Order: sequence, then C-alpha cells, then structure tokens
Amino acid sequence: MGNLLEHIGIEKDRLHFSWISSAEATKFVKVAKEVTESVKALGPNNRLVKKLG
Amino acid sequence: MDSLTDKIRTLCTGLLKDGKVDMIVGFKKGTIPMSSCPCVARTPEQAKELIWDSNCTLNLANYLTNRKEKIGVVAKGCDSRNIVNHIIENKVTRENLYIIGVPCDGMVDKRKIRALFNDDITLFSEENNKLFVETASEKKELDKQDFLKNNCTTCIHRNPVIYDELAADPVEEQKIENRFADVIKIENMSSDDKWNYFNDLIKDCIRCYACRNACPLCYCPTCFVDESNPQWVGKGQDINDVRTFHLLRAYHCAGRCTDCGACEEACPMDIHVRAFTRKLVKDSCEIFDWEPGLDPNKRPALDTFNPDDPDGFIK
Ligand code: SF4
Ligand code: SF4
Repeated sequence: MGNLLEHIGIEKDRLHFSWISSAEATKFVKVAKEVTESVKALGPNNRLVKKLG
Repeated sequence: MDSLTDKIRTLCTGLLKDGKVDMIVGFKKGTIPMSSCPCVARTPEQAKELIWDSNCTLNLANYLTNRKEKIGVVAKGCDSRNIVNHIIENKVTRENLYIIGVPCDGMVDKRKIRALFNDDITLFSEENNKLFVETASEKKELDKQDFLKNNCTTCIHRNPVIYDELAADPVEEQKIENRFADVIKIENMSSDDKWNYFNDLIKDCIRCYACRNACPLCYCPTCFVDESNPQWVGKGQDINDVRTFHLLRAYHCAGRCTDCGACEEACPMDIHVRAFTRKLVKDSCEIFDWEPGLDPNKRPALDTFNPDDPDGFIK
C-alpha cells in the first residue's frame, strides 16, 4: 500500500503503519509523536486533496 | 501464423463436433485491418471464423468469468495465467475448461505501427516475423520484433502455463536482463517528479472504464467506481477522482496482475495504465517472490500469511 503511494509521489514520511495494543500506552505516545514530527517536517499536503467549489 | 489459424480451427471444430465443449472462446478477424475481436463459436460452422495472428491482444480469460458451460478457450501465455487466477479465485472450474494453448511470440503494438503512416491502414499481413502493412499511399515491410507491445517485450511466460493441448510447439522464453527498468526509472525520481509523471499520465483519461472492463481481474458485480451508496469516489473529471480510480484499480490487481496489457490495449486515449500495476508486479516479485497465475494449487501472496513476511514498514 505504502509502496505504490510513494511511487506516485506521496512522500514516504506521510504514511505510517504501526501495530499498537490497547495496553501499550507509551508506544502509542511514541509513535504518535514520531508521526506528527515527520509529517510536520514535510509541511501541508496538497496531493490527493480534492478542492470543492 | 496461418498454420496456427488452421490448427486452432481444426481443433475447435473437432471439440464442438464431438460435443466435448459447448462453446469456444477465441478470436475472429476485426472489422478493420490490423485488429481482432474476441468471439464465441457454438457450432463447427462458426469455428471456421476463428483466427490467430499478432493482433490477438485482448485477454480471453475475461470471457470465462462465472460461466458454467463447458468451454474451449484459446489461450496465449498471459491468458493462461489469468485462467489460473480465475481457477484460484473460483471464477471458473478447471473441469469445465478445455484449454487450447498457443505459444506466443509477442503481439504487435498497433499504435506504434499506425504512427508510421499518414493515412489509415488498409492491409496487414505477416509471415516469419515480418509484417506487411499498406495504406492507400504507402507500403512498408517491418520487423515484428521492433513493434512488439510494450508488455510483450518484458514477458517471460510466452508459453501457456496450463493447457489441454498446444496449437504449436513451445517457443523459446525470453531472457530479460532488467525486466523492471521502467519501474526503477520512476522509483528513482523525486516525489515531485513522480507526482508530475502520474499527473501527466492520466491527464487525458475520460473515465470510460474500458481498461477495467478489459481486465479479467475486474469482475466484481458492482465496481467501487459505480457504487453510489456509499459513493467511494467522485464521478467527475476532477484529477483527484481520476487518480483515485487508477490507484484503487491498481491495488485491486495487486499480486494478481499478469501484465497482459489488455487494459492498455482497450484504452481509447492511449494511456499507459500499466505504469501503476507494473510497480505492484515488481513489488510482489521482490517482496513475496510471487508471480501470479503460474500454479493453480498455490494460494496468492496476499491471501496467505507467513511469519517470515517482511514487516519492516510497521513501526
Ligand atoms: S491490470 Fe491490465 S495488465 Fe494486469 S491483468 Fe488486468 S488487464 Fe492485464
Ligand atoms: S481505458 Fe483509458 S480513458 Fe478509459 S478509464 Fe481506462 S485509462 Fe481512462
């Protein structure tokens, strides 16, 4: 899934996959932080966004 | 090629006469030169119309979906692989099929040939890897090898992988150095260039869905693009909707696409839609060591779990 999106030009760091159990609170925080940081670093996304009107 | 046509006609006439099959799915001559048309023959008389030449580009597995009759089907390498897919996916049973395998030395790309002439082609014939093409004002002799369809140039399964009878001796398989050079070229682009490449690729798409209809893999009773409740994707020409269609069409073919090229053949706008599926063909090959449609007894890559499956992408 990630590979083809990356292939058509969606930056790799925009899409993350993780497996977190409901008991893994610390892991959840860690992954959420990482995701936010890497996406923030890329700036706002304009791709695959449909503008209405 | 004529000998193949003769052989196919004889075999099919025999099958129909002996009542071994209810119908034959094959090709007949198209209505314009340099074309073919899928056809169904139910009587020995109709079987006389069957042909085989370098224009039999569509994928006949597409016409077997959910059929319950006994069917004789003419199949080149890629068709045979899609028949295997169909058997695996319970779209047809092996017992109901009589497969007439045709070893294939590639189909020709009509677009490349048409581009050589200023007017319409009036005559097309071939012999020993030479193509003879005529228009009202010109006449050319071409090497078939130089005008193969793009997917045929990277094909490594020219011989049918499953058949009851072969219409000719097997052909030599191609040895290809770098089968995915085209995909790697895109992989090496920057995200921006990739984005622009695919934008440009689909800009002429009119969403006629001919690519989907020609593909034997696309057999859902209601395709996600036609669904209106819920509506998964907008129906208009918004580039993002067009892209969503292409992306999802490709994903649905992941681990199943045989790179037969029927989708591109059917496209009226000459869109290289295989640019999407080729990436998935390469990935299934590299990540799962999986090439679809080779063995009816093996479950497809995306249908099985193996503790060794690569999971580096999951954090
Ligand atoms: S996606 Fe295209 S190349 Fe792949 S199996 Fe379907 S028609 Fe053939
Ligand atoms: S056949 Fe061509 S124009 Fe029609 S939907 Fe497919 S890519 Fe678009």
